[in-house]
Amino acid sequence: MLNTLVAVCSLYVLFLFAIAFAAERAAMRGQARWLRSPLVYTLSLSIYCTAWTFYGAVGSAVRSGFEYLAIYLGPSLALMGWWWILRKLVRIGRTQRLTSVADLISARYGKSNLLAVGVTILAVVGTTPYIALQLQSVTVSFEVFGVGDLFSGQETGYTALWVAAGLALFTVIFGTRNLDANERHNGVVMAIAVEAVVKLCALLAVGIFVVWGLSGGISGTLARIDASPLGEWRIDGGRWTGMIVLSGAAFLCLPRIFQVLVVENDNETHLRTASWAFPLYLGLMSLFVVPIAVTGLELLPAGSNPDLFVLTVPMSQGRDGLAVLSFLGGFSSATSMVIVAAIALSTMVSNHVVMPLFLRYAQSGATVSGDVRHVVLLARRLSIIGVVMLGYLYYRLSGGGAALASIGEVSFAGVAQVLPAMLGGIFWRGGSRIGALTGLTLGFGCWGYTLFLPSFGAGVLLPEAWLLDGPFGIGWLRPQALFGIAGIDPLLHTVFWSLTLNTGGFVLASLASFPGPLERLQGAQFVNVFEHSTGPRRWSGKVAQAEDLMIMAQRIMGARDAQALFEREAQRQGLGGTLPAPTPDFLETLERELAGSVGAATAHAMVGQIVGGMSVSVEELMAVADETAQLMEYSARLEAQSQELARTAAQLREANAKLTRLSVQKDAFLSQISHELRTPMTSIRAFSEILRDTEGLEPEAQNKYASIIHDEAVRLTRLLDDLLDLSVLENGQVNLNLRKGILADVLDRAVAAAAADEHGARVKIWCDPVAGEVWLDTDLDRLSQVFINLVANTRKYCDAAQPQLQIRVRPGARVVIDFIDNGSGLSPEAQDVIFEKFSRVSDQKAGGAGLGLAICRQIMTRLGGEISYLPGQGGAAFRVILPATYAAAAP
Amino acid sequence: MAQEAEPPRGKPLVFLERQSYRRRRVIDAARVLPFVGLLLWLVPLLWRDEGTAAVRSSSAIIFLFGTWFVLVLAAAVLSWKLAAQAREPGGAGPGGLGD
Amino acid sequence: MAKRVMLIEDEPNIIEAISFILSREGLDVETHADGTTANDRLRARVPDLVILDVMLPGKSGYDILRELREDTATAGVPVLMLTARGQSRDREMAERSGVSAYMTKPFSNAEMLGQVRDLLASAV
Repeated sequence: MLNTLVAVCSLYVLFLFAIAFAAERAAMRGQARWLRSPLVYTLSLSIYCTAWTFYGAVGSAVRSGFEYLAIYLGPSLALMGWWWILRKLVRIGRTQRLTSVADLISARYGKSNLLAVGVTILAVVGTTPYIALQLQSVTVSFEVFGVGDLFSGQETGYTALWVAAGLALFTVIFGTRNLDANERHNGVVMAIAVEAVVKLCALLAVGIFVVWGLSGGISGTLARIDASPLGEWRIDGGRWTGMIVLSGAAFLCLPRIFQVLVVENDNETHLRTASWAFPLYLGLMSLFVVPIAVTGLELLPAGSNPDLFVLTVPMSQGRDGLAVLSFLGGFSSATSMVIVAAIALSTMVSNHVVMPLFLRYAQSGATVSGDVRHVVLLARRLSIIGVVMLGYLYYRLSGGGAALASIGEVSFAGVAQVLPAMLGGIFWRGGSRIGALTGLTLGFGCWGYTLFLPSFGAGVLLPEAWLLDGPFGIGWLRPQALFGIAGIDPLLHTVFWSLTLNTGGFVLASLASFPGPLERLQGAQFVNVFEHSTGPRRWSGKVAQAEDLMIMAQRIMGARDAQALFEREAQRQGLGGTLPAPTPDFLETLERELAGSVGAATAHAMVGQIVGGMSVSVEELMAVADETAQLMEYSARLEAQSQELARTAAQLREANAKLTRLSVQKDAFLSQISHELRTPMTSIRAFSEILRDTEGLEPEAQNKYASIIHDEAVRLTRLLDDLLDLSVLENGQVNLNLRKGILADVLDRAVAAAAADEHGARVKIWCDPVAGEVWLDTDLDRLSQVFINLVANTRKYCDAAQPQLQIRVRPGARVVIDFIDNGSGLSPEAQDVIFEKFSRVSDQKAGGAGLGLAICRQIMTRLGGEISYLPGQGGAAFRVILPATYAAAAP
Repeated sequence: MAQEAEPPRGKPLVFLERQSYRRRRVIDAARVLPFVGLLLWLVPLLWRDEGTAAVRSSSAIIFLFGTWFVLVLAAAVLSWKLAAQAREPGGAGPGGLGD
Repeated sequence: MAKRVMLIEDEPNIIEAISFILSREGLDVETHADGTTANDRLRARVPDLVILDVMLPGKSGYDILRELREDTATAGVPVLMLTARGQSRDREMAERSGVSAYMTKPFSNAEMLGQVRDLLASAV
């Protein structure tokens, strides 16, 4: 019998390996359509039904009536209410690429690894007894068949070890094929689905055998039930309600359920099918529990283990085949749970515990990606082995004494502690990391103190005195009667207090704390997942979306600028608050504003991610940040370029201003010339008309008027000469006639020429005798012209009673010649403009057009020298400087 | 707000409105279903469990599993309706069922 | 009684020519060469007509004209403006500043006389 059993068992395991391999290969070849059907998804959820339910439900029914049903009713309600929670969880899991329930909590609360580690520890502590329970059930079921002396206690221990090793091997092979924990484990899922069918068929077969084979059909069965010890409805109302709630909560939080429900989910629509198919599965699994229990109580001797009725009832009737099928059902229940739990836990342990530690202590900095892949896979494999072996150790150490059901309850209450943080995280944006941490710590602590530690038995981990009188005699801290309220069922006591403290802590701490930006971003992503994620294309302008945009804009533009922008836009839209409706106009504006910081493409992508649906992962945000840094650098270069452009523009502006000034000067010059020409012509015309038209003009008058005409004509000629001269000089068309000569000769000639003017005799001129020793090599005629001008100016403008002109000469590398008179000199304003064209100190004495000094300056520039006014000499003083090249010593 | 944002899809407006309305009522039903289930399954709390007036286990089994399978049936119908609407052009996309 | 004309002009030859022409017409001509003191003289004894050159030493003809128009005593006096700048800009500026008539140098004596007669006649 035992050998047959071992052979069947081995064949079954080989069959599972084959199924898993086939599924993996089919998936690799792309023929995985049937692998991803809603049916397979629904069946994979059946890992909820472990050996605890397969064997334990009947035991529970015997012990406490219909209470076992509550454990199935909770998950049924959870799935029927899929639209509320599961739909959202699955969508979040897909958009955020979640790998585990710890990842969910961590990602929601700003990728906090502390939270992830906390949930992981909670999950490991809560799941390890559960794995032990599965190993125990397999061992015990072997014992049922190995009646007699084939097994000693030691050997049964080896059975559990073999089973554990086999499960670890299977899980390592099929659970770590892909590095990406988010990818489907096709082989595992397929094997689980097959096991789900096996355990359902096994239980149904036993049930059908019991009802129709032993009890005479439905009515017979019902009559037998009514006649049995279970005949009267007898439940504890509190436990009934409590177990429905607890099982529903645990269903959402159990790591293995999250694994198949969310992580392995391939298509959201599968959930729709599972919403009715899985409750149906649970209904079928629990349908025959009471009949089997009643029959077992009837047929088997008193004191038989009711947990094994599913096996022992067929065996007692000589139905060994049915018993083996039933055994395979129980075996399937146990193995599928262990496999998925090991995968889920190993993902958590490796991702949240091993990898952070590895990265901290292997700080090579430039860790290549290949390295990490290797490490991740190794960490996951070792974690799987570790988790399974931990379950085995727990089994060995606990001795498998406790009733199966109670271990399951303890585990449920433990993992349910994740619920407040989970629901708060997906429905309430105000939930914060501090809140989650507080709630989980309180809940976990309360659970451990009031249920988990006492579950090992009084005096094992908790001193007996604590259980009776509280720690250190503090009565109101008794583990099973907190706050002095005794008499509650221990499980309910724990569920009530732990979840109350947990939720209260979570809410209060969340209200009191302020979440960080990443936390708030993730919170918005989670709570508003349907607005963000791909799915129905619904461009809904909800306030929440505007708020998301706000959060993002603040990250990019800074809080003050972003808030100002949003407020401005809201006002422009005629809205009162600070959040504008996300109209296309506003989005465009925002995009442009963001583009100013991060570039257009990035801005578009970022706005698109929030408005268009995709979620933003931390990696993406970091990538954006990197891009931003690069753009900053690029924009710095642009800035340099634009500074250059600005300089060029400034130069252009300057040139333009110069042109404008020149144009103004030209206009003024033309206007001036016009005036200078018209004035003498006015006199000429007026007097010539008088001479022509006036009859009887006296001869003296005629003479006088004719000479005025003559003088004005001369003046006009001189003006035109000067203009021509200046024009030639300014255009550089002058030909210099270079000759050698003595400075004194040039000065004498100039003085003589100037004296030819009738006004000139009065001025006394004193010339420096040094001039006689200075030789020049220059255009002597042009130089003479300058000197004549200066002497003539003195004659015209010197206002002294006895005008005198001193000509001082200082020879050297540069010959300096000063002309200084004894008049009152020039005002500073006049000094500034004296060399400009048409500038005259006094119009009344206008002998010329005011071009003389302008011409002098042009000449000196041509000769390579300069002429300037010399202030502070008492009278008007001009300095002429000749350059070295033209000043030569006597030969 | 969300109603207004529903983009036109080139079908007569009246039909679209009605379809959209039906879809919403189906979703409402899907939302209510778990509460109906909870209510039904809390009915046993009212049952007496002592003396001759105690509810017989056979009745309890019939009630509990009866409601169970009725609820499964209701869930299946709703699921089918939602799926049918999702397939229609006016319904939600294949990815799902936004609210 | 002869009409009085004040001539404000800095070019001596032009002063002589205009004085000759206007005195033969039987007008009293008072000449003034400096812009800075011209207004005082104007207010001291308001003439029937002012002939004003634009470019004057000290103060431009436009400045004198503005002050003359701002003073109620002299605001109604007709002013004949003479300018040696022939650009259109100068003409516009003269017209804007409120002159009664405007002539560009050089001018024909008959034309100038005609303008003076017109202005004196309109002022009565």
